Amino acid sequence: MTKGGGGSVILHRRISFRRLLPIKGTDRVRRRNVLPGLPLSLGVTLFYVGLIVVLPLAALVFKAASLGPEDYWRIVSSPRAVASYRVTVLSALGATVFNLFFGLSLAWVITRYRFPGRRIVDAVVDLPFALPTAVAGIALTALFANNGWFGSVLESYGIKVAYTPLGIMIAMCFTSLPFIVRTVQPVLEDLDPALEEAAQSLGGSDWAIFTKVILPLLAPALLAGVSLSFARCLGEFGAIIFIAGNLPMSTEITALLIFIRLEEYDYQAAAAIASVLLLTAFLMLAVTNWLQARALRYTARG
Amino acid sequence: MKIRLENVVKTFETFRAVKDVSLDIESGELVALLGPSGSGKTTILRMVAGLEFADGGHIYFGDQDATDIPVRDRGVGFVFQHYALFPHMTVAQNIAFGMKVSKVKREKAAIDIRVTELLRLVRLEGLGDRFPAQISGGQRQRVALARALAVDPKVLLLDEPFGALDANVRRDLRRWLREIHSELGITTLFVTHDQEEALDLADRVVILKDGQIIQQGTPEAVCRDPQSAFVMKFLGDANVIAADVRDGRAYAGDVSVEATGVTDGKAELYARPSDLDWSAEGPGIAATISRVLDRADGRRVLATTGAGEALEFDVEPERVVKAGEAGFVTLRRAKVFAV
Repeated sequence: MTKGGGGSVILHRRISFRRLLPIKGTDRVRRRNVLPGLPLSLGVTLFYVGLIVVLPLAALVFKAASLGPEDYWRIVSSPRAVASYRVTVLSALGATVFNLFFGLSLAWVITRYRFPGRRIVDAVVDLPFALPTAVAGIALTALFANNGWFGSVLESYGIKVAYTPLGIMIAMCFTSLPFIVRTVQPVLEDLDPALEEAAQSLGGSDWAIFTKVILPLLAPALLAGVSLSFARCLGEFGAIIFIAGNLPMSTEITALLIFIRLEEYDYQAAAAIASVLLLTAFLMLAVTNWLQARALRYTARG
Repeated sequence: MKIRLENVVKTFETFRAVKDVSLDIESGELVALLGPSGSGKTTILRMVAGLEFADGGHIYFGDQDATDIPVRDRGVGFVFQHYALFPHMTVAQNIAFGMKVSKVKREKAAIDIRVTELLRLVRLEGLGDRFPAQISGGQRQRVALARALAVDPKVLLLDEPFGALDANVRRDLRRWLREIHSELGITTLFVTHDQEEALDLADRVVILKDGQIIQQGTPEAVCRDPQSAFVMKFLGDANVIAADVRDGRAYAGDVSVEATGVTDGKAELYARPSDLDWSAEGPGIAATISRVLDRADGRRVLATTGAGEALEFDVEPERVVKAGEAGFVTLRRAKVFAV
């Protein structure tokens, strides 16, 4: 029923749009827009996006494409490159899943409870955004090195963090945490308390209310946070190179491999590997957008 | 289920929202809590539901002391002011929610049957697959009611049930809720600030002011015999005329009304617009018409007395009156309250 309604609206729009076109050249109907400034703002922003975002990306694709299919495939499928994809994507996934849980609970605590120091915690969440990532990397390395505060304790349990994929994950967690917190927080704040009260009055347990009412309503925001966080992890460079050890085939991330190729003046190879990263991020964003649209189906009006 | 409130007290921070309220609600009764905003009516309703806990006093459901039973075990159906429907669930899923999360396990087929039954009861057959955003305000209200009824509550509580709806829908839903109530016979308590709604719908009206019960009784009793100026003013438009009481009669201008039991001295006459009339000759209160408002069912006249009091009264549609006319306001009946 809903779909039929939507379809007819689109159809109707098309027809009315037709009617807005000049019919005999003279009686031109101008479409009037109440909000001012559409042509100017649209023009300026599209121009900017084209110049700053699309053009460099297009140049990247163009550069990679200039290799020819065989060379391209050889470079992107070289064992060293594949190993770097694996460590990057797996660490990014691990970090994102961890942040999904930790970020959600952090956002939950900040919005739902009043405790001394709440505003400080709230402010600290943004620090990874503000701190130069290299500084974060050096600090994390110092902490997790064999003789560091955390590293020496973990060492005694046989856990090595610095110079292992685990270290990469921790660096990624650090820099991408704010994304989940800051996307979920406003939605949690706006959640109508009456929804929970209603669920309680209907006999729902706390767990049932969380899983059946709150979580589905947070899902779109969580997905948005996850996609931002994952994309950020894929591209993270500064924080990781200090803690990762950067051993080719084991702890070398893709971003570093690209950097190495650039230092060798092998721009085409750098572009080719970067295009793989770009494609991965794009796919991830497409999938989460699709999931988000699905989770928001209920907001569509019939 | 009979509900009894005994000396219930509730304080928010430093604000006494409910002061020592005692109230009995008979089984199957439909009772309105009526009062202006800040009178504590919603707080009382929420305490009965278990969404707030009383600081003092007791709330009994039948013979059971329910004061400290949490909302999920109290067995009440609560309809929220803005319905609080789960936006990500369809109408049918909303109604089924209470049965699905209940400790009493039900078969899926049994839940489906009950949902269909409730959809029929609230006259929303065929809308089970819609989301709340896709139906009208009046329909949402009925879904909220069906959802509350799905768990077979002992008591039905409604917070400003028709507050967010427009006038026509509101009137229809009022009648309809009355029908549902007589069909199900469930003890029902609702909160409203709209006196017309309370009088239309309830068996008994409880009028609150500043966290206390001012007066309660059937709509007839509170309308015919308001016991304070506040109730008189709150239940409808009222004209206030300064008067003097001497020996059981109140005098204002050339007119006087009976005022048994009011102490001698300054007092106020309270009269509804329909209690006053207009005539060219006295005896009456001399006044000048300042405006005439034409309405569908008659003419509302605004007049100013010699003493500067503004009066409003209604005359029949055929009556010729116009602004600037001088004459006398006569009194059919009035209530007298000492100042």
